Amino acid sequence: MRFERREHRPLALIVLTPLLAVAAALALSGLLIAAAGAPVLEAYWRILVGAFGSRLSATETLTRATPLMLTGLAAAVAFRARVWNIGGEGQFYLGAIAVAAVGSQLLAGAPGYLSMPLLLLAGAVAGMILLIIPLWLRLRFSVDEVVTSLLLNFVAVLVVSMLIDGPLKDPLAFGWPQSQSVPDAAMLPKLMARSRLHWGFGIALVLAFVVHFVQSRTVFGLKSRAAGLSPEGAVFAGVPLARTLLFVACLSGGLAGLAGAVEVMGVKGYVTTDLSPGFGYSGIVVAMLAGLHPLGVVLAALFTATMFVGADGMSRALKIPTYIADVTVALSLITMLVAVFFAQYRIRR
Amino acid sequence: MTETVLEIDRVSKSFGDNKANDAISMTLGRGEIVALLGENGAGKTTLMSILFGHYVPDEGRIRIAGADLPPGKPRAAIHAGIGMVHQHFSLAPNLTVLENVMTGTETLWSWRSEAGRARAKLKSLAERFGLAVDPDARLGDLSVGEQQRVEILKALYNDARILILDEPTAVLTNLEAETLFATLKQMARQGLSLIFISHKLDEVMAAADRVVVLRGGKVVAERRAAATSKAELAELMVGHRVARPVREAHARGEAVLEAAAVSVRIDGVDRLKEVSFRLHAGEVLGIIGVSGNGQAALAGLLSGTLARSAGDILLYGAAIGDLSVAGTVAAGIGRIPEDRTREGAIGEMAVWENAVLERIDEPRFSRHGLVDRKAAVAFADAIVRDFDVRGGGPLTRTRLLSGGNMQKLILGRNLAERPRILIAAQPARGLDEGAVAAVHARILDARKAGTAVLLISEDLDEVIGLADRIQAIVGGRLSPPVSADEVDARALGLMMAGAWQKEAA
Repeated sequence: MRFERREHRPLALIVLTPLLAVAAALALSGLLIAAAGAPVLEAYWRILVGAFGSRLSATETLTRATPLMLTGLAAAVAFRARVWNIGGEGQFYLGAIAVAAVGSQLLAGAPGYLSMPLLLLAGAVAGMILLIIPLWLRLRFSVDEVVTSLLLNFVAVLVVSMLIDGPLKDPLAFGWPQSQSVPDAAMLPKLMARSRLHWGFGIALVLAFVVHFVQSRTVFGLKSRAAGLSPEGAVFAGVPLARTLLFVACLSGGLAGLAGAVEVMGVKGYVTTDLSPGFGYSGIVVAMLAGLHPLGVVLAALFTATMFVGADGMSRALKIPTYIADVTVALSLITMLVAVFFAQYRIRR
Repeated sequence: MTETVLEIDRVSKSFGDNKANDAISMTLGRGEIVALLGENGAGKTTLMSILFGHYVPDEGRIRIAGADLPPGKPRAAIHAGIGMVHQHFSLAPNLTVLENVMTGTETLWSWRSEAGRARAKLKSLAERFGLAVDPDARLGDLSVGEQQRVEILKALYNDARILILDEPTAVLTNLEAETLFATLKQMARQGLSLIFISHKLDEVMAAADRVVVLRGGKVVAERRAAATSKAELAELMVGHRVARPVREAHARGEAVLEAAAVSVRIDGVDRLKEVSFRLHAGEVLGIIGVSGNGQAALAGLLSGTLARSAGDILLYGAAIGDLSVAGTVAAGIGRIPEDRTREGAIGEMAVWENAVLERIDEPRFSRHGLVDRKAAVAFADAIVRDFDVRGGGPLTRTRLLSGGNMQKLILGRNLAERPRILIAAQPARGLDEGAVAAVHARILDARKAGTAVLLISEDLDEVIGLADRIQAIVGGRLSPPVSADEVDARALGLMMAGAWQKEAA
């Protein structure tokens, strides 16, 4: 048995690939559910009910999907241009802490129409800066950005942890390490009353379409793809390599920073070190599940959020641990990678 | 009649509708060198992959010394004494020669390394076949020719009795190729049997005892090398008579591109040293030389990807400082890079994207940063039509085109714009005879239309056929030009060896 590269990939195959991957992941995690002694089909039903069964749970799922969409877009944009940004988590936290810092210190008294866009911008810029460092190291010294961007995650989280226990510490938080809050005027309005769903969801959705447009229709999209696929070929065709990758890094880091900003301004209002349950890392999974397609990111983020939120409901109803959601999402990444392989290659005997 | 060591018996293999091998039969005798000749896509590599167990044939059998070889099992093929020397070496650059040779032969479950014994065996093989190489050298530090020797030694180390070489000269300089042929003949004299795959007529005539010609997946002829000619083989290979086009005399125009004592320094090494040339409209200026003598720097300099460290470049009579890629394209300089798959085209992108990438900022292909896809596809469509690019349309992924068609695309995106200057580096390298003729005809058409062509090539026949004037490049220096009508291959050989430098001194 051996593998041959498929030269033509039918559209149906491209669409079916992630669906089959998710189905396989669900089947595999079904084995674990069964091993835990719970009825498998009911467990899945409970996940669905938990994620969409009520108005509250549905809005909660969408709220959870919002930062995932943004970190997923961040990873997808970077990976398309072969910039291996594994630093989404750090960029998320820097974006979040930038919002808390600027919001509580500089823009405390500013009206919402002014502070909101400025804070979103501050979050994006903070994320950009954190990705520009590894990109510069790669362009200047050929240092692998997989390593540097990943390690900067820990640096970023530690910096945040220092700030919220020091200069930005909220004196009213009973000694807990927690940042001062963003003023109410700067908080993103709710999309629906009596829910946590906020305008950040709309922003993320619009950005997915914007990114799709940029990648498929603009000169920058074409050049960044060329730079990613073949640096030599791009240089020969006159694509300014460093500048193009710098733009890509700004876009990617900016989106991840924005995810942190939106989470603070939409949900929490302040920063703690458990603000993100791994949104930056899950963003990578989301981007892979989406086949790096910006619109696919929306669906993949919804799937991931469904699993995470739904697993809580399942856990309550059937008394099995919520870790099953982590396992399913992680499995879906593995099955997706396998599925992508089979979509690109065929088996020959 | 010598004993037959290998017999291929009516082997067929299809990929989809494409019959890559159609009932192919051939034999190989002990101590014999057989050339498998055919154009790209004739089925040579497929046949050898079947022989080596990479593919399972749909029909047919392979017998080694009379015994059936189980299909689809590379290990069985190695065991039966078949060794393969791949076009792209399967060696690890970070290991030493000895480690590379031993890789895959040592069992993982043994505590003791067999390095001592392996070293002795490697040494005796190297002596016996005249393949001198230092067993402790890091592979990455060796030249391509030496790496190939290691690849051959590796096959011999595995006790290969039948050696298959897939286009062994594609990566070698002429001198290295001659050394290789001497080695192959020595190996044959010592009782090894060799098959080498090629589409180059010269080397087939030089090295083989017998030639098997493949065309369209079938064996179309078998000849003794002594009883055939290049012309006959070319005709058999292509199926009809191909003559490479030859330039006709015509008057050249004024100088359009000049270099005055230009140097290029890369990482502290002078790759070009005070080179001077003057390129006129309507002429082909050939730059010949053994590869690695500064051709890449010269092409990069004139393509706008390298900056000069000294000297002046004059474009249409005016000094212009350094060329940039955008500047060259805008100034009407067409560029054909030496390596079409690395620089010339991006395989994973569509044909239309490769067609317009270097011109994407021009208003006809983009406005306000938005790609005018319709205009770009139309441009690519015209190239595909006018330059006879086969195997796909504007939306095809470029990787799916064959080498010749990819080259036609690259040639087309340059010539469609009627460039005033064309910088062509190795434009026909690795192409089959039909494609070479097509590329040459296009270059001569451009010359006739008044384009100034700088042709950088290692292929003497190509340069003699196309160039009006010739300069040799040796160690980063350019010889004075000579008229192509006044030199023969021997004189060019002396030029490439740098004889003019002694005269000047």
